[in-house]
Amino acid sequence: MSATASHTTHARPQAKPGRTVRFRIKRCDGPGKPVRWETFAVKPEAGANIISCLQQIAASPVTVDGQKTTPVAWDSGCLEEVCGACTMVINGKVRQSCSCLIDEYAPNEGDEITLEPMSKFPVVRDLWVDRARLFDALKRVKAWVPIDGTYSLGAGPRESAEQSESRYVMSTCMSCGCCLEACPQYQVEESPEKWPTSFIGAHAMNQARLFNEHATGAVLKGARLDTLMGEGGVNDCGNAQNCVQVCPKHIPLTESIATIGRSVTIHAIAKWFRG
Amino acid sequence: MAQHRVIVVGGGLAGLAASARIAEAGLAVDLFSVVPVKRSHSVCAQGGINACNEVARQQGYSEYEHFDETIYGGDFLADQHPVLEMANWAPRIIDLLDRMGVPFNRTSEGYRDLRLFGGSLFKRTHFSGATTGQQLIYALDEQVRRYESEGQVTKYEFWEFLWPVIEDTAQGQRCVGIVAQDMRTMQIRAFRADAVVMATGGCGLVFGKSTNSIICTGAAAARCFRAGVWYGNPEMIQVHPTAIPGADKLRLMSESARGEGGRVWVPRKKGDSRPPRDIPEADRYYFLEERYPAYGNIVPRDIATREIFSICVNDGLGVAGENQVYLDLTHKDPEYLTRKLGGILEIYEKFVGVDPRHEPMKIFPAVHYSMGGLWTSFTKGSYNPDAARAKHKSGTRPPILAEVGQGMQLGALNNAQTNITGLYAFGEVNFAYHGANRLGANALLSCIFDGLFCGVSVANYVRDGAPAKTPAGDLSSAGYDRVVAQEQQKVKRWVDSASAGAAEPRTNPYIIGKELGDEMTAACTVVRHQTRLTQCAGKLAELRERQDAATLADGASWSNQALGYARALSDMLVLAEAIARGATERKESRGAHYRTDFPDRDDANFMKTTLAKHQGGTTSLEFVPIDASLILPTARTYGKKDDKPAAKPAMAASAS
Ligand SMILES: Cc1cc2nc3c(=O)[nH]c(=O)nc-3n(C[C@H](O)[C@H](O)[C@H](O)COP(=O)(O)OP(=O)(O)OC[C@H]3O[C@@H](n4cnc5c(N)ncnc54)[C@H](O)[C@@H]3O)c2cc1C
Ligand code: SF4
Ligand code: SF4
Ligand code: FES
Repeated sequence: MSATASHTTHARPQAKPGRTVRFRIKRCDGPGKPVRWETFAVKPEAGANIISCLQQIAASPVTVDGQKTTPVAWDSGCLEEVCGACTMVINGKVRQSCSCLIDEYAPNEGDEITLEPMSKFPVVRDLWVDRARLFDALKRVKAWVPIDGTYSLGAGPRESAEQSESRYVMSTCMSCGCCLEACPQYQVEESPEKWPTSFIGAHAMNQARLFNEHATGAVLKGARLDTLMGEGGVNDCGNAQNCVQVCPKHIPLTESIATIGRSVTIHAIAKWFRG
Repeated sequence: MAQHRVIVVGGGLAGLAASARIAEAGLAVDLFSVVPVKRSHSVCAQGGINACNEVARQQGYSEYEHFDETIYGGDFLADQHPVLEMANWAPRIIDLLDRMGVPFNRTSEGYRDLRLFGGSLFKRTHFSGATTGQQLIYALDEQVRRYESEGQVTKYEFWEFLWPVIEDTAQGQRCVGIVAQDMRTMQIRAFRADAVVMATGGCGLVFGKSTNSIICTGAAAARCFRAGVWYGNPEMIQVHPTAIPGADKLRLMSESARGEGGRVWVPRKKGDSRPPRDIPEADRYYFLEERYPAYGNIVPRDIATREIFSICVNDGLGVAGENQVYLDLTHKDPEYLTRKLGGILEIYEKFVGVDPRHEPMKIFPAVHYSMGGLWTSFTKGSYNPDAARAKHKSGTRPPILAEVGQGMQLGALNNAQTNITGLYAFGEVNFAYHGANRLGANALLSCIFDGLFCGVSVANYVRDGAPAKTPAGDLSSAGYDRVVAQEQQKVKRWVDSASAGAAEPRTNPYIIGKELGDEMTAACTVVRHQTRLTQCAGKLAELRERQDAATLADGASWSNQALGYARALSDMLVLAEAIARGATERKESRGAHYRTDFPDRDDANFMKTTLAKHQGGTTSLEFVPIDASLILPTARTYGKKDDKPAAKPAMAASAS
């Protein structure tokens, strides 16, 4: 093995050039419409990922049976795993589709890849889901620093490199929803009136911790903990730890949940003493 | 009287900063975006954001030098006063972001850390890991969410802007709202507004593959252009020197890789097939360092791009005979690299499967940023020397110390306003600050500056301008209904086409879009030439004709993405024409615009803004003088050894 190859981080399986890959896609024309499966054959280009293959399908949407159909609808943006838009369930596991390389998932002729929309959010169409509830949760935990306004008032609070690095990791959450898809406690909920009492999810507890740990953000710590003490808060978490395993940004979610859990306990006791 | 409302189209950095500022001024904001705003393209920015800072200041740097660098870097095409104001505000903007909780990288003492970026000899780039844009947009998104929870901002996410509503009044044309479509339900409706801020970003998709997000079609800007809004410097398209070639996208390798010591090289010998680490120093050609001893690997983008292009295309020295060169970080401590560049190195690893800490990356230039955009005006500030000064000598005492209002008058109603009253353009879609070439880490700054500084102008206009007398809420609905009907007609045209049967490649919008990208990349990027541009004009005409006959494979009246793409493509074709026309008629070389047949800068004829106007379906161009009243133009050489302005590749780019 050459010196170069030994430094390759993860050896990619040798993908067969010119091969045909099959995509089995769960489709649905809209809310309340029936679900159907369609299979497409694609010849992936070198370095192809799920999105580039969906683009090929969109350009000529014909199934393996020769049936003309409509292009598959999906959500995407950055194509470099930083916007969170393209999350879907691929071969049964939730992840971003833009960073899912075909060479790795389907190296051989005839290999099949299954694509499904996330199941914890209402489907808009095909692979495109509506994650409004996820963003609503950020309002529930007041995920912001309550600054006085945008006029010049000098620098923010100084913090150590360590603190800033720890907040940075928490702050890379791209609201993709993987942690919610994987969570046994998080169930699909279509009516917004029920969101305030439904389980809030790991991502929002992590955001609460992120802002609790900022000197100015901590001003709202009490309000955040009030929310997380209540119905749909941290007590609904069954500690299954699925969330942390699927987070593409490697955010220490269970640590955040544990921190919030402790803060909630202290907060509750303090509240009880104050009466 | 109806409550005043402002529409902001676009929720990237510029749109969010604008929304926060305008909401803070007490006005209701309706914020439109084709994606949840948190997912806007601004998340992609990696490297950082520039501002004068205390350390650099004590070493002799100043806001004035930042201004001077930006003008010089932009090759003397930007109007100078707005750039001065932006540079002056930069330190305040960093402080504000800091207060919002952006986890900027810190020194061991807890101060904000800084890095070196192209076009400066001082460390003046603030950063947050390798995802600065993501961290900045999140901070602004959080502030806007706070206003949203207070009812001051209403978000319309997955709503696409289709057309501005413009009224003819005795005082000229005035923008009074927009027509937009819900991308899920496909409902089209008009929204009234006393002012509209376009903050819709760049147009990378016109070039097919680029470093941009897939939503950066430029269609929103093109629609304004088609509706009579002027467009400035369309031909000024920045090609980033270092991107990772890919099937769907050319992923950026941030300039910070060079800022942190990355060295660009190729084997000296053509066809040297040894693995990079087996090639001894003596056999490596560090061409940027040899040709630009002062700046070395951190020469500005356009120069680096042309040098890399030229080494591959003209000298045939590309690695493995292909269009690629090494960007090498392997001499740096892997741990240091992880700490400083972790995120961007991960991107390479993730999408190429090779660890750049141990093996040099392979990179090639890619379309990255549009300096051109909707044309906007401004009111000059208080600094008006009797005569323009010579270029500032780096590290020396600046002629003025920064104060608010030296460059632009704070709150003047026309700052960042287009030729249509009440219609503003902020961020990448505003042509104002970067001239013929943008310096790295200046874009995020210009976005937030527009939102914060020019946001005040929007609020003032609503209170003191035309809307004070006649709020949009009191206007008759006729003007709005007309635009709604126009847009419904377009949708009908596409839906009807779906029953016309199979789309052949000739009339398939996806194929037309791909051909558009290939053509624009080949004719209108790194090097440009009359012959190739003439050919490009012909190709664009052909594509427009085919697009008129194009058909869809989907006639659904629910969440029809194919329709959205096809409609945008029609607008992109108009923008493409403006870009190609600008490239053709600017018969000189300046910044990112490089003409092999006119290799020199021609200040007498072209130190002018290209002003594109669209009327009755045709585009016309004129060149109008710029405000160069602060700094005298000098040759932009970045101290190149042989003192030729830059590499002069002999031939036009072939496809890709
Ligand atoms: C890979 C990459 C790295 C970069 N790194 C840096 C860097 O390190 N430093 C730096 O200074 N700059 C950098 N830039 C440039 C910088 O990121 C962009 O110029 C900047 O983010 C643009 O912000 P914006 O707010 O103008 O637009 P965007 O962030 O592009 O936002 C546009 C908004 O408009 C909306 N929109 C668009 N069309 C419509 C429509 N028709 N209807 C409704 N809404 C619409 C979108 O939904 C989005 O919300 C980088 C660019 C790229 C591509
Ligand atoms: S630890 Fe809690 S949030 Fe995470 S997956 Fe389990 S139940 Fe869900
Ligand atoms: S915490 Fe991780 S998995 Fe959950 S939304 Fe954020 S980035 Fe996605
Ligand atoms: S498209 Fe942004 S994460 Fe995949």
